[in-house]
Amino acid sequence: MGKYLKFFLVGIFFGIVLVKSEAVSWYRIYEMFKFQSFHMYGIIGSAVTTGIILLLVSKQLKLKTTEGTYLRVPLKDRGLVRYILGGSIFGLGWALCGACPGPMYILVGTGVITMLVVIAAAIVGTYAYGVLRSKLPH
Amino acid sequence: MDFILQPWPWYISGPCIAIVMFLLLYFGRTFGMSSNLRTMCAMGGAGKRVKFFDFDWRQYQWNLIVICGAFVGGYIAHNFLSNPIDIDLSEATRADLNALGFEHVGKSLLPPELFSWDAFFSLKGFLILIIGGFLVGFGTRYAGGCTSGHAITGLSSLQLPSFIAVIGFFIGGLIMIHLIYPILF
Repeated sequence: MGKYLKFFLVGIFFGIVLVKSEAVSWYRIYEMFKFQSFHMYGIIGSAVTTGIILLLVSKQLKLKTTEGTYLRVPLKDRGLVRYILGGSIFGLGWALCGACPGPMYILVGTGVITMLVVIAAAIVGTYAYGVLRSKLPH
Repeated sequence: MDFILQPWPWYISGPCIAIVMFLLLYFGRTFGMSSNLRTMCAMGGAGKRVKFFDFDWRQYQWNLIVICGAFVGGYIAHNFLSNPIDIDLSEATRADLNALGFEHVGKSLLPPELFSWDAFFSLKGFLILIIGGFLVGFGTRYAGGCTSGHAITGLSSLQLPSFIAVIGFFIGGLIMIHLIYPILF
């Protein structure tokens, strides 16, 4: 259990940040897609800016991970269709129920029990992708 | 303490999310929440029937621990670190949502019109939760990531596929909000 404690603590921090930033709010997602507030763009923009700096600095310093390897980000496969189509399908769901795959669990923690249905449906959706994978354009 | 109890501004929240990403990379892992859905399928034995789920899910246990933590973090933030105040949405958003028939705009994190038990036990409300969740689960795996994997981690490492995926997120989101919502509500 000890080796998992750090992941549990990071998760707690993640949950607190996303609630306090209101990024888990359906209302904020709606507002973002209506371009009526800077709030969500500010969060994503400053997260990415900070992320770019952290990754550049750790590359310069040749930072090692706790596992002893160099710190590196897994590379996404090249492609176009899967990213546009899959991304759009995710976007439809994200805007409809206002929750992406991290906030779902956080929202259950805030007491929204009906979110468990969304999680169950998301697992079924992932399963459906696995079944249809070979037939889909990527 | 008062600062903590207030909603956090974007310029605090965004860098904090980047720190979450960085810590997971520093631990030799990565920041990708939607992978957990695939892991849960594999845990349930889906690998016996579908090759996509035929992998050793135990090596991804750490990520399930992250979402357990996220659940607890949500509980802590909501019950101990928040003053009960309305979400400071723009006036235009309030007006638009009122026009769609939403009455408690910004009173809680999520609209009771969609997430209350009353909504759950109506056919329309139930279908919205089921279809929304299904699209999220299907779309994230098809696109190979969600907001954490593509929009934060992928963009931070300047990867073109992630940029394309984020464009996709917005195509879907804009279609839903601008074209489908007026029909639904």
